[in-house]
Amino acid sequence: MTYAYYPGCSAKGSSTDYEKSTQAVCDFLGLTLVEMPDWNCCGSTPAHAVDTELSAALCARNLDIAARQGAEMLLTPCPSCLSNLKHAANRLEKPEFRARVDALLDNPAAGNFPAVTSVMQGIAAHCDVNDIAKHIRKNLKGLKLAAYYGCLMSRPAELMDFGDPENPSLMENLLAACGAEMLDFPLKTACCGASYGIPERAVTARLSGRILKLAACMQADAVAVACPLCQMNLDLRQPQAAKAADAFFNMPVLYFTQIMGLAFGLSPAALGLEKLRVSADSLLRKLEAEGGKS
Amino acid sequence: MRIGIFICHCGSNIAGTVDCARVAEISTGFPDVVYATDPVYTCAEPGQAAIEAAIHDHRLDGVVVASCSPRMHEPTFRRTVERAGLNRYLFEMANIREHVSWIGKDRDANTNKAAELVKMAVAKLRNNRPLLAKSFEVNKKVLIVGGGVAGIQAALDCADGGVPVILLERESTIGGKMAKLDKTFPTVDCSACILGPKMVDVAQHPNITLYAYSELEDISGYIGNFTVKIRKRATYVNWEKCTGCGACSEKCPSKKTPDTFNELTGVTTAINIPFPQAIPKKAVISAEHCRQLTKGKCGVCAKICPTGAVVYDMQDDVVTEEVGCIIAATGYDLMDWTVYREYGGGQYPDVITSLQYERLLSTSGPTGGHIRRPSDGLEPKHIVFIQCVGSRDKSVGRPYCSGFCCMYTAKQAVLTKDHLPFSQSYVFYMDIRAPGKLYDEFTRRAVEEYGVEYIRGRVSAVYPDGEGAYVVMGVDTLLGRSVEIKADIVVLAVGIEASRGAAALAEKLRISYDNYGFFMESHVKLKPVETNTAGVFLAGVCQGAKDIPASVAQGSATAAKVLALFARDRLENDPQTAQVDTRRCVGCGKCIRCCPFGALKETTIRGEIKADVIETVCQGCGLCTTTCPQGAVQLSHATDNQILAEVNALCRC
Repeated sequence: MTYAYYPGCSAKGSSTDYEKSTQAVCDFLGLTLVEMPDWNCCGSTPAHAVDTELSAALCARNLDIAARQGAEMLLTPCPSCLSNLKHAANRLEKPEFRARVDALLDNPAAGNFPAVTSVMQGIAAHCDVNDIAKHIRKNLKGLKLAAYYGCLMSRPAELMDFGDPENPSLMENLLAACGAEMLDFPLKTACCGASYGIPERAVTARLSGRILKLAACMQADAVAVACPLCQMNLDLRQPQAAKAADAFFNMPVLYFTQIMGLAFGLSPAALGLEKLRVSADSLLRKLEAEGGKS
Repeated sequence: MRIGIFICHCGSNIAGTVDCARVAEISTGFPDVVYATDPVYTCAEPGQAAIEAAIHDHRLDGVVVASCSPRMHEPTFRRTVERAGLNRYLFEMANIREHVSWIGKDRDANTNKAAELVKMAVAKLRNNRPLLAKSFEVNKKVLIVGGGVAGIQAALDCADGGVPVILLERESTIGGKMAKLDKTFPTVDCSACILGPKMVDVAQHPNITLYAYSELEDISGYIGNFTVKIRKRATYVNWEKCTGCGACSEKCPSKKTPDTFNELTGVTTAINIPFPQAIPKKAVISAEHCRQLTKGKCGVCAKICPTGAVVYDMQDDVVTEEVGCIIAATGYDLMDWTVYREYGGGQYPDVITSLQYERLLSTSGPTGGHIRRPSDGLEPKHIVFIQCVGSRDKSVGRPYCSGFCCMYTAKQAVLTKDHLPFSQSYVFYMDIRAPGKLYDEFTRRAVEEYGVEYIRGRVSAVYPDGEGAYVVMGVDTLLGRSVEIKADIVVLAVGIEASRGAAALAEKLRISYDNYGFFMESHVKLKPVETNTAGVFLAGVCQGAKDIPASVAQGSATAAKVLALFARDRLENDPQTAQVDTRRCVGCGKCIRCCPFGALKETTIRGEIKADVIETVCQGCGLCTTTCPQGAVQLSHATDNQILAEVNALCRC
């Protein structure tokens, strides 16, 4: 399988640690990610909220680059990019819509686009749970984790292909293969407040606070995430969330790739752990202590 | 033949789009027609009198009425011609309302089609023969399937009317769902106290034979003469010896048996009597959980039983009974609410069904009538009730309203306040449906006097908050905002579905059932307790959602039907039955195998095997006539010749 890799703009800015750990883990598993040349922004929320055709045009250009690159599969770590690319590819199947989008582009997009999927699903397709278990160098036994997908990753169900949109389980499967104890986290697909962190901070603080509070009550050692915006809201805005929830949190919020990387024995620096606002030291110490026991 | 034609206006229903006078005029040109007219209302008393008069005045020996569907008024007009001295089968009906005037607006086309339908009816009538009913004896005994409140009421009313009753109950006690209830709306009287005496009456009534822990195995025959096979499931206790003392269940070591009477809110013993007021008050061993029956070692109950009633090697027993009619009163079950993943799908111990909550409220329940959380036994302070879980929800294939949930939820909220004065109840509802006598007043009392907080909206999710309580996320559509409530216990008003096995029973009874397994009544308004199979009646929720008063009323209604039927010593059959032409019959037996009613049998005529119709059993469905390779079986009043005459009338202009 040949992959094209679409990092998305967060990977180059607010979530360089996601990018770093994704590259490191995929490299470790022998999944070669070739970053697409000259990719552009997917349009994010503003584009599709204003005009689906403009949004699709932005995505069509990216899909076109991946197609010309000869990729069979386009991978992206960011759920928002994933959603936009998938929606666009889906809409572009209608000839009428496609004609209108092509009119917006300098050159009409290539005929057949590669399938679009998330890095998480890409990893799971590349090597199954047993393969991952073989790669473990540092078993995560003793770590209690809450997998948090956010609202976008599994929805809409028919497009995102995550099984039950209210109760996906892929992230749990991957991390459980690394030895972690996965909590049955009821808010795994609840909204973190997303971009309301800017215009309506209280909304995001309340929603993120609810997620963090439940994770804390369930005695999670960390929350595992797959979305740069969720990570930012739960990690960077953790004091705001704590205030809204009338609580105090010290909850590390790690990308699932960072956690997998730890299990593969990759160094914290290679995984960008220093970028976390809430330090993962407590996690690492617990891991050391557990490792000492076994 | 001298045929008279009556083209009914049906007020403006037909005359609005059909020129009835013109149809009558055309009709006079059809063969054998000597008289035609177009009355405004043929079915009304003057209309019928006009038919009678015309029969006398014009010496008619056949009548065609062109009007509505024969479903309603064919019997009416058959009686009319009979009063005037004609055989009732020398009458034909043409449906020019449902088939013409109601479905088309083109007056000329409608008039033309109506005339053609009359032409066909005339052609058929010219081939009709007088048919005479046969009479047969009625076995004046009734079988009632299901011993819930509807079946109990029907049994008592029939028995009081002097009819011997066989009451069949699948569980080891009668009482049904009502026996599980703590109190009943809208008067909040104790369910056991009002049902209990009726159950005792059933046990003591000389006219009632009770088969508990038994199921209907097979059924054959027809109205007046059904033969039923009843499977008495092995109870492993000789009920003739069992005194119901309960010593066995006190000593039974298998104490972790799921308690189905308590809706799995508690555990019981492998040998048990479901509840103190059980009728019959006899012990039953659950074979799956009994150590003697599963492991071959124990035998404690046999040792302890003072009357030696325990029989470990008991087998099922099948008994045969003869009855004249059958009442189905099989009730309902709760739908599988675990499809609601957003409410935990059965994973959270304190998210329970309303029937489970009822057992927590009941003094005979697992908590002795104290409301305690199943998870930790603590008293709840905040109670959330969610209505319409599996009712009025197309997304789970349950579009219908379960009828009584609004009321019992209000009742449970009221009782909760009585039990726990410092508690607060919340009810999420879609609409409050309280149309019965004193019902709306009751729900208002729950809100106004008991301080129950009603929130109009659906719940999107229930999840444990990690600190022992549950978060109920929902929407208040009146205030237009989302709400979150911390609950210690969540009670789901789970919708109903037809009782398990209802469809299979319907097949045995040869009655229809709807997509959800509820039995179909003969007419939704005018024949609510009858079915399309003569001699089979419906009572209670098996026909559709209804509460206790309505179920009791239907129980009594079926009893009235049974008593009316049994007021006659003999019944007449419908002579529209199959007839075998023995000269054509080759004795292949195909008709015998295809008959769903067992109405055909083999007979020998001059040494040759032939088919023979049992006329009192034949329902006139016509399957045999289409199966017969020789055309030897003909359905009286719908023979090949009669049908071909109609086709010819239409096609050979």
